[in-house]
Amino acid sequence: MVTYLARRIGLGLLTIWAVSVLSFVIIQLPPGDFVSAYIAKLEVQGTAVSQAEANALRAQYGLDDPMVVQYAKWIVQVVQGNFGQSLDYARPVADVIGDRLWLTMVVTLAAILFTWVVALPIGIYSAVRQYSIGDYFFTFIGFFGLAVPTFLLALVLMYFSVVIFNASVGGLFSPEYVNAPWSLEKVWDLAKHMPIPAIVLGLAGTAELMRIMRANLLDELRKPYVMTARAKGLSERRVILKYPVRVALNPFASTIAFLFPQVVSGTIIVSLVLGLPTVGPVLLTALLSQDMFLAGTIVLLIGVMTVLGILVSDLVLVWLDPRIRLFGHD
Amino acid sequence: MSVVADNVEVPVAVAPSPPISATPGDERISVASQWQLMWWRFRRHKVAMAAAVVIALFYVVVVFADFLAYADPFASDSQKTLLPPQPIHLFDDGAFRPFVHPVIGVRDFTTFQRVYKEDTSRKMYLQLLARGNEYRLFGLIPANAHLIGLQGNPVEGNLFILGADLQGRDLWSRLVFSTQTSLTIGLVGVALSLFLGVLLGGISGYYGGIADTVIQRVIEVLWSIPAIPLWMGLAAAMPRDWSVIQVYLAITVILSLVGWMRLARVVRGRFLSLRNEDFVKAAELAGASTPRVIFVHMVPLFLSHIIAATTLALPLMIISETALSFLGLGLRPPAMSWGVLLQQAQNIQTVALSPWLMIAAVPVTIVILAFNFLGDGLRDAADPYGV
Amino acid sequence: MTIPDDVLISVRDLQTHFVSDEGTTRAVDGASFDVRPGKTLGIVGETGCGKSVTARSILRIVERPGRIVGGEILLRRAKGVVDLVDLDPDGREIRQIRGGEIGLVFQEPMTSFSPVHTVGDQVIEAIRLHKKLDAAKARARAIELFGMVGINRAAGRLGEYSWQMSGGIRQRAMIAMALAGGPRLLIADEPTTALDVTTQAQILDLLRRLQRETGMAIMLITHDLGVIAEMADDVVVMYLGRVVEQGPVDKIFHEPKHPYTSALLRSIPGVQNQARVMLPTIAGSIPHPFARPAGCPFHPRCTEAIKGVSDVVVPEQIDLGGRHVVACHLYDAEAAREPAAGAAREPTAGAAR
Repeated sequence: MVTYLARRIGLGLLTIWAVSVLSFVIIQLPPGDFVSAYIAKLEVQGTAVSQAEANALRAQYGLDDPMVVQYAKWIVQVVQGNFGQSLDYARPVADVIGDRLWLTMVVTLAAILFTWVVALPIGIYSAVRQYSIGDYFFTFIGFFGLAVPTFLLALVLMYFSVVIFNASVGGLFSPEYVNAPWSLEKVWDLAKHMPIPAIVLGLAGTAELMRIMRANLLDELRKPYVMTARAKGLSERRVILKYPVRVALNPFASTIAFLFPQVVSGTIIVSLVLGLPTVGPVLLTALLSQDMFLAGTIVLLIGVMTVLGILVSDLVLVWLDPRIRLFGHD
Repeated sequence: MSVVADNVEVPVAVAPSPPISATPGDERISVASQWQLMWWRFRRHKVAMAAAVVIALFYVVVVFADFLAYADPFASDSQKTLLPPQPIHLFDDGAFRPFVHPVIGVRDFTTFQRVYKEDTSRKMYLQLLARGNEYRLFGLIPANAHLIGLQGNPVEGNLFILGADLQGRDLWSRLVFSTQTSLTIGLVGVALSLFLGVLLGGISGYYGGIADTVIQRVIEVLWSIPAIPLWMGLAAAMPRDWSVIQVYLAITVILSLVGWMRLARVVRGRFLSLRNEDFVKAAELAGASTPRVIFVHMVPLFLSHIIAATTLALPLMIISETALSFLGLGLRPPAMSWGVLLQQAQNIQTVALSPWLMIAAVPVTIVILAFNFLGDGLRDAADPYGV
Repeated sequence: MTIPDDVLISVRDLQTHFVSDEGTTRAVDGASFDVRPGKTLGIVGETGCGKSVTARSILRIVERPGRIVGGEILLRRAKGVVDLVDLDPDGREIRQIRGGEIGLVFQEPMTSFSPVHTVGDQVIEAIRLHKKLDAAKARARAIELFGMVGINRAAGRLGEYSWQMSGGIRQRAMIAMALAGGPRLLIADEPTTALDVTTQAQILDLLRRLQRETGMAIMLITHDLGVIAEMADDVVVMYLGRVVEQGPVDKIFHEPKHPYTSALLRSIPGVQNQARVMLPTIAGSIPHPFARPAGCPFHPRCTEAIKGVSDVVVPEQIDLGGRHVVACHLYDAEAAREPAAGAAREPTAGAAR
């Protein structure tokens, strides 16, 4: 098991490094750089920038160094906790991101929690009462949740809320708390606003997990050890919950690991629609204006959080399945 | 469902004599080919069959887009901005003659919104198979027939079955052409993913060893990176001055980058489990060449799974393209796709007043549902151990 | 509802059917037999004859879409005789009996244990379900049981998983779990089929010893006549869900009355058989469950079928005395005397020789 964990952690670190390189490369991909985009903006407003000024700007931002050097400088700074300056906002990146990053994670976690809490029991019910009305109903909802892209769902939801309730369900805070300092009331306000984003984001994952749980459990229910448990005299409920469900949870757990990247991605788009103060909207504008430190940091941090999330899922998996503990695999 | 009821052990013949009670059904099953068996199993899956029909219909729209659309999707008309869908009146004095009234737009000076009213004094009759814009059927044959038109009046600026968008362009025609784009981009992307996935997955699974380790690690690393930021970055990197075609191709490549990983894993898993089967060893010992072993002996066994996995990969492509275009990072005007259409729906105030802007959400949902059902049905039919 | 004093459990005309879209399978179609306390009853028959379904019907754990549709299963309990068919399958009483008074040992011990719980965990659970013992005492009892079934290093084994054990140890653990409730009847469903011959002998020895020590009855289900000869006091021969012959083991082996029983016995390879002579087999194959023959279920494959009778009338159980019962028209005095008009005793299928 130690080797297994060591391998997973090692892989995680490797992934984080790969993410950092990728983030940097992506930022640099568009032709030109921040200075050229900046100059373009200024020219639209009527200000001309001379070549000498442009060069000076480039030197100031270190944009005339070769790529590898720029990357090295950046990484060294990041590791020390200095995320650099947002060229667009003319403020430290940390300031701009501020609460947004970890709010992204909170929403992601809430969505994943919702997914677990809903998908598990429904999946179990569907499997145990196969072909019942409830089964068909939940399967249908499951398919629906899978089919509708998350951001569309958010869009339609917003539409109905505006038209029917004449109120906007967007945002994570009530107006009075948006810029207020953190307090218990603010946390409570956040919790009150959490359900809609969590449900919207979690729905697709719920649908998928529901079906996986149902399929896994159906497989397990056919197996002999379930009959053994019954033959011992256990009640039907205990038989199902203690044995096949436990075994069916294993592949479930490893699927959770990959929920993380999906939900994080979903958060980014949905934030744009629902107006959530997460990193999504900021990332989009940063990418478009080539604000490289801002964009790069956001992508990097998201990647790191995702990898951590996956690692945690792996740990859960190890805890659940003794075969991995002893064999290193299942 | 198995032919024998569950939990009654399958009977074993005790002596080699003609089965006394074999039914004609048994005979058919024992001589049917793999594909026939799959087809029979698939046929039982009513929902999947229905889904297949729906998808076929959608691709008919793709092929006949020019015919089904009646207006020029690029013709903007500021007089018709955000026109609501025109009501079609089916009966004219008791007879079945569908018609529409021309619509007049007037600016309301209190809200500064355009308000539309029907001019009930005039009727414009709908006509099936009308003459309209010129186009080339299948890109080759010049034609100008369209499914619907107006009798005696030009269609342009007069007929708006699904309303008009911000620029006054007919939404129905735009929707039809968007369908064409969205459904084909998915195909190209999936084909690419398929190629990459089977190639790399195959190498990984069949040869194992270092190649396998490397490819697997790469997949694990790439998989952990959230897709959207990756795509956003790549999409934002595309120069603004690229042509529509170039952007289209670039988007497909970008989308395939994630799709291939899923397929590679499936293919690898299959190869790994099959590689150690006795029949593969027997083929190798009998002197079959490696390509023959792979393509004649191994591939047929999981070809069906690949098909199912590919069918399920398609909706992912479509959602991804729609999402990217919605953000403004994917296809851009003048290209048309469902995502591009939905971009105009981003502003919630606009949408609240003109919900028909969200119309593209309907085909997206239907198509994705259909592909999922189809893929499920194919997977069930392909599974040799399924009940 | 009474059973004779010397009978522990009496199965009477049990019928268990599986209903599916494609038809109804009569897995058990009128089986009747008794189990005597302290004795071993062997149930023998080919695959698909309904022996396992019978065992599961007794414990009321037949899976959907199977259901008991008729008959009685009468068990003598402390408070009187109970018909197990009448009990609620998830009710208190049947669950007390399951694992408590009747234990069940399965064929595949590896897949019959949960892969994610230790064997000790599962055995202790069985103990605590039926005996009021705290965790420590239950654990001690588990170690005791392991010792009884011949598992050494019992304390260590408790923490292992079934897939870490060898086949023989696993089956012993399975038996220990079935004994946890102190059963009066142990049903063993093909307990040695998945084991090699040496281990098989050991497990059979174990079962015999346990029976001597605890006085429990054993219902041994198998297709292996050799095992029956070694272990059983009484034998029940089943075919297509019906009991075709039953009786004391000596009578069945030395004076088989039913043609099926005779054919089965003939087909056993023997050391004394001539070399290079084809093994006698039973002609034909087991009919498709949805296409049961009318009349006697065995008649299409029987060398002595009576045309006009065997293919029309279902044979009754005929008592031949000394607890030997057979269901065959050959012993039905009336049928032998009056076959249907124009019929004669002729074979409808030949036996391969």
